[in-house]
Amino acid sequence: MAQKTKRAMTGAECSAEAMRQVNPDVVAAYPITPQTDIMHAFAQFVADGTVDTDLITVESEHSAMSACVGAGAAGARTMTATSANGLALMWEIIYVASGLRIPMVMNVVNRALSGPINIHCDHSDSMGCRDSGWIQLYSENGEEAYENTLMAVKISEHPDVLLPVMVCQDGFITSHCVETAETIDDETIKNFIGTYNPHYPLLDVDKPVTYGALDLFDYYFEHKRQQLLAIENSKPVIKKVFEEFGKISGKNYDFFESYMLEDAERVIFCSNSSAGSARVVVDELRAKGEKVGLLKMRVFRPWLNEMVVEKLKNAKAVAVLDRSASFGAIGGPLFMEVRSSFHESAHKPSIINYIYGLGGRELDLDQIRKVFSELEDVKNGNTGELLKYLGVRE
Amino acid sequence: MVNIRELALDGERLVSGHRLCPGCGLSIIARAVMRGTKDPIIVSNATGCLEVSTTIYPFTAWDVPWIHNAFENAAATISGAESAYNVLKKKGKITKNIKFLAFGGDGGTYDIGLQSLSGALERGHTFVYVCVDNEGYMNTGIQRSSSTPMGAWTNTSAVGKAHQGKEQYKKDLTAVVAGHHIPYVAQASPHNYMDLVRKAEKAFNTKGPAFINVLSPCVPGWKYPAQLTIKMAKLAVDTCFWPLYEIENGVWTLNYNPGPNKKPITEWLKTQGRFRHLMKPENAHIVEAIQKNIDERWEELKKWCGKN
Amino acid sequence: MVEEEKLKGWKDVPIGGKILEAGNSRKYKTGDWRTFRPVHKPELCTNCMICWMVCPDSCIKVGKVDDPNKGKKGVSNNPKLGNFGGFDLDFCKGCGICAEECPFKAIEMREEKEFKEE
Repeated sequence: MAQKTKRAMTGAECSAEAMRQVNPDVVAAYPITPQTDIMHAFAQFVADGTVDTDLITVESEHSAMSACVGAGAAGARTMTATSANGLALMWEIIYVASGLRIPMVMNVVNRALSGPINIHCDHSDSMGCRDSGWIQLYSENGEEAYENTLMAVKISEHPDVLLPVMVCQDGFITSHCVETAETIDDETIKNFIGTYNPHYPLLDVDKPVTYGALDLFDYYFEHKRQQLLAIENSKPVIKKVFEEFGKISGKNYDFFESYMLEDAERVIFCSNSSAGSARVVVDELRAKGEKVGLLKMRVFRPWLNEMVVEKLKNAKAVAVLDRSASFGAIGGPLFMEVRSSFHESAHKPSIINYIYGLGGRELDLDQIRKVFSELEDVKNGNTGELLKYLGVRE
Repeated sequence: MVNIRELALDGERLVSGHRLCPGCGLSIIARAVMRGTKDPIIVSNATGCLEVSTTIYPFTAWDVPWIHNAFENAAATISGAESAYNVLKKKGKITKNIKFLAFGGDGGTYDIGLQSLSGALERGHTFVYVCVDNEGYMNTGIQRSSSTPMGAWTNTSAVGKAHQGKEQYKKDLTAVVAGHHIPYVAQASPHNYMDLVRKAEKAFNTKGPAFINVLSPCVPGWKYPAQLTIKMAKLAVDTCFWPLYEIENGVWTLNYNPGPNKKPITEWLKTQGRFRHLMKPENAHIVEAIQKNIDERWEELKKWCGKN
Repeated sequence: MVEEEKLKGWKDVPIGGKILEAGNSRKYKTGDWRTFRPVHKPELCTNCMICWMVCPDSCIKVGKVDDPNKGKKGVSNNPKLGNFGGFDLDFCKGCGICAEECPFKAIEMREEKEFKEE
């Protein structure tokens, strides 16, 4: 029987606690705000000998991801963490990790990309590598970051998947904010995670394998086709891992998690910490008898469009909240996904987009109230501008 | 230390069927280096001629576990593999003794991979890094690198009315690496094969990082007939352009001193098409400057090696 | 030239571009790149094996006690253990380094067309 403990922890501590329980063979990381708190906590576990991990304190994030690819290919259970510019510096090797099919888990503490330089939260970093072939999980709070990190290991290493996984949480808002989080005992987690059987590791010197050959027009496409299948395969795997972990934690996990959606006509679609704020406003408006609801995204890649359509089948007006911009596009990255999910659907709610919170700009409850109020007009057929902005000064 | 005949009895770790140019120095060097240990080796290879020509999918010329990650990260990649080995060995999941080797060209080592190399050296991983230095970005079509020597033509240090090839001296990477005070650093040449194998053997037996910089003559990049690869390397050493030396735990040793037989640099320059323009009378001052630089560096090296 | 191999579908190749068959480049013959062919002069050869050392393509065969190629064309009739055992013409690109570096002039490079009619 799982032993659960409730403690006051920051989001960063939650991720580090999950990493401690995973006890990875290799972690390679480089300091960047606001990810650093994860590594501080984890380095203490290394110093105390509570993990067996070899912590490689590399000289850049590029080398962090490179060392993770080397360690992962060698056959080690591998993890790292980063933010913003650090993730951007890793970019080239992000694609190598997924392309060479190397399982690993990376905590991304979401932070705005430069320039101009900013250290606070938005999702431009992880959204930027949405096409990199990584699975992406998003976390509303520290507890979810903890759970996602543990589940990510299992998803990543599944033989049908063998892809790296990013676990995202909001910089400072989640990473540095103390909240009550529930963790599960070491033994239960150890059994849940299981042992790792790497796929043709370099360290199996009796079966020499070549990784990263020059793959030209003859086979590159075939390998990408396999990779497309792998992320497709991850859908049932993620579902199964969610169920399995749900049995331990007693909670329900899904790709998209509904709140008061059953009869909701006006719905906010968002991810990470904003979901917590939206939930407060939903409660408030529900108390007044308004039919509002929330759909929170936990899994961005792979994207389950059928589930989005199913969960929003009763919605009349939907506001997609994007904490990053896709410059020159029809809207933010989440908006484009949600909107195109309905292309084949008979039922099409009116869907609008709000860009909010760039560079850590606060999303306050009034802004969310405003969104629900504007959705009333949208519901009545006055859609107005498809793309709107929340919290920017005119 | 065994002799050539004994070495030849062991199997090849880089086999035939690779697509390096005829007469390429890279595979001669790679074969020699891997004869420096009988233990299993895991190789990390930076992007470059050696990498692309030996692993054109679905073929690999490597009979050892091998990984190419990217251009600038051969050292970071091998440090990850070495860390994995240390942990898994401690956990009893691996019992064999395994050696870790990284190959990078001058582009991947002197330039884009320098930071990754420096980081891995500073962290003290037990691995051997071999720079196969052909003095330019040959794989991308002969562009200048920080290793390209003064006066050399490349596609990005072209020769014309206003410019006469590269206008900067070659970076002294071996000295840069020596500045990390790692246990073993050496400079070697494929013409002195047994010296190269001996250095590789020392490097593989080093606890901590070891680095060998090996000059690798390049037929299309240097523009000389393919059969002269070994001669090109020998001339570079005989002119003291590429001295053979090693630094073991801070002690510098000169491995070869031509003494009074030190050849003028023109002996080396005139054999290569990339220096042809330097043979014109109006460019004599460039050759003089190159000679002066070599002489100064050679005297300095002898001081370091205690052979004034 | 590559040995005839049909291109496989995406379900039939290992994932991630991994090559699981070490050293399979031996299936890719580079011998047809050659315009000059090395020819051995056994009477001058001392079996010092410098040619083996400097060959970029590992094309100098080394005598093994139980060499199955013994007596075959292109193989020395008596490749004693560690002796020169012939050229691997499947892969030799004809660079001529072996001939250039042989201290005893025991290797000569001859135009490939001389051998065509054989």
